[in-house]
Amino acid sequence: MSTIGTAGPKGPALQEQRAGLEIGKDKLLTLYRQMVAIRLFEERVNDLYTRALMPGLAHLYIGEEAIAVGVCEALNNDDYITSTHRGHGHCLAKGADPKLMFAELLGKEIGYCKGKGGSMHIADPATGNLGANAIVGGSAGIATGAAYASKYLKNGRVAVCFFGEGALGQGLLYESMNLAQLWKLPVIYVCENNGYNEYTHFSESTAGEVTKRAEAFGIATETIDGQNVREVHSVVSKYIARARGLEGPAFLQCITYRYHGHHVGDVARAYYRPKAEEQDWVTQRDPITLHGEWLMANGVADRATLDKIQEELIKEMDGAVDFAVNAAYPDPSKVDQDIYA
Amino acid sequence: MPETATAVRELTFGDAIKEAIAEEMRRDPRVVLMGEDVAEAGTTFKVLTGLVDEFGKDRIIDTPISEAGFTGLGVGAAMTGMRPIVDIMFGDFLGIIMDQVANQAAKIHYMSGGKWKVPIVIRATMGATRRSAAQHSQSLHAWCSHIPGLKVVVPSTAYDAKGLFKAAIRDDNPVVIFEHKISYKKVKGPVPDEDYVIPLGVADVKREGSDITLVALSSMVQTALRAASMLEEIGVSAEVVDPRTTWPLDEKTLVESVKKTSRCIVIDEGYGRYGVTGEIASTIQEQAFYDLDGPVRRMGAMHVPIPFSPPLEDVTVPSDQQVFELARQMCNR
Repeated sequence: MSTIGTAGPKGPALQEQRAGLEIGKDKLLTLYRQMVAIRLFEERVNDLYTRALMPGLAHLYIGEEAIAVGVCEALNNDDYITSTHRGHGHCLAKGADPKLMFAELLGKEIGYCKGKGGSMHIADPATGNLGANAIVGGSAGIATGAAYASKYLKNGRVAVCFFGEGALGQGLLYESMNLAQLWKLPVIYVCENNGYNEYTHFSESTAGEVTKRAEAFGIATETIDGQNVREVHSVVSKYIARARGLEGPAFLQCITYRYHGHHVGDVARAYYRPKAEEQDWVTQRDPITLHGEWLMANGVADRATLDKIQEELIKEMDGAVDFAVNAAYPDPSKVDQDIYA
Repeated sequence: MPETATAVRELTFGDAIKEAIAEEMRRDPRVVLMGEDVAEAGTTFKVLTGLVDEFGKDRIIDTPISEAGFTGLGVGAAMTGMRPIVDIMFGDFLGIIMDQVANQAAKIHYMSGGKWKVPIVIRATMGATRRSAAQHSQSLHAWCSHIPGLKVVVPSTAYDAKGLFKAAIRDDNPVVIFEHKISYKKVKGPVPDEDYVIPLGVADVKREGSDITLVALSSMVQTALRAASMLEEIGVSAEVVDPRTTWPLDEKTLVESVKKTSRCIVIDEGYGRYGVTGEIASTIQEQAFYDLDGPVRRMGAMHVPIPFSPPLEDVTVPSDQQVFELARQMCNR
């Protein structure tokens, strides 16, 4: 059951929010398409897991799609990203093939990592994806290092480090930000603040103001609405250009919400967050609904166009699931390959 | 500066390492070295003095005191076209960087199905008896040897240090190299003034013998060689074999030596418990059991935090005399 288009948005009349039209119809529709793709992908992950077809764990990105899409649509193919345990959205937004992603999630040989990585470790050099990371905050150094290499090699690339607000408790992030600002490295730290460190509200774990931490290093920082894909895209574009010009890194806090639990098995959540709060985000602040309504209100697309996008993607995602379900597992003899290059 | 143009010149262990780094940096512009006080200071051990003059501060890079941060940065840089050497000064600081080493660098190639490579070299030091106490004296190469995906180098001579270091830099995998602090100035030997590489995973017989095999690593190679000279005086012929890398491990050379001598002691400056000596001893016992006269014996650092006071610290490391006594006993002399 898709959560797309279940309710209309609230707030200022959408016709009045003209900002965003300047990026053009194609880009605006791509932003929509990519968000829907992630939503549909994740709904199928949930389904595969629930039907016991998917081994292990899955951390769904549903609700946060505008961030990955807004950011990655502002990057070049050869720019780098590092991702997190909640990383399917980042991979897809950076250009990964859903077939090979599903195959990896199911542990199949043809998957992105030959079945050796799984949900939390998808990596894809072809799209600049340095890999998802199952250590919270663990990729801060890697993203910063990719930015360092880009500067040293003068190849003009930018690195984006995605992490959740839970990583704000990890020292490596601050060591990396210090190095990045000291050496003016082209890296953007994108903090996806979905409100919860696993099962704990971030206010219980995070002292002071989040962006002040980046400010302390002299890093440019902004807090943005992570449910507004146009805002994400426009703000991050500005900082990417600045970083590419070697003027310094940036830290963006994107306010968002994780519709599902910490992982797919986390279904009884009332003990750590109220149902009404979840409902409020799902019905009032859904990034796909908001963007879809905006596209229609501003004459960029009509309902039929949006429905067609969704139908095409449903077909593609269902086909990708079939592909993965029917793909072969790796032969156990492959277990000790790829340990060393 | 080391002399040049003579094939038989001698270099210290430290200068051999510096020469390896300098040659590789001349050969490959993607090689950079970063760490605390590595540039003008030439490291706290003064091993890299002068490198910054040749390569500049863009390639010999002083970092903040931030080992996890710059090691992580090195991992990312290695994945994206660089060949960084990360210098963490004291091996004890592995505790600070271990997530980047064990969970990131070591696993990225495998987790990505072989798609990403991490050609990083991590320089660490090892070795006690510098009166530096428990947090600056450990030999923790066993920690890294335990993790699949890492290669671990423990050179014992100046010649080996140069050739192994160059191999480490050219390797497409994360390599941790443990340099013995005392050896920097104390160990000296012939080092060709030319480009040579010693493949990782090839042991070296440092002295041939027929009665007992002394498998020794890093500083313990010198200890074993001195013990072998003492043994010679009482008519015991000891063979000294240096694995040079704990992983990959040249099991064949070790096992063949023991099959020939039928006796073996494994000597290492790392902690004896759950350490490199245990791994090597059991490897030999599994593959040479019927050729053995008795159990393979192990000598490692005592299972204590390294103490400060000289009389306390000195007894924690295997000595020439202890190796000699045990070998004599095993050979019934």
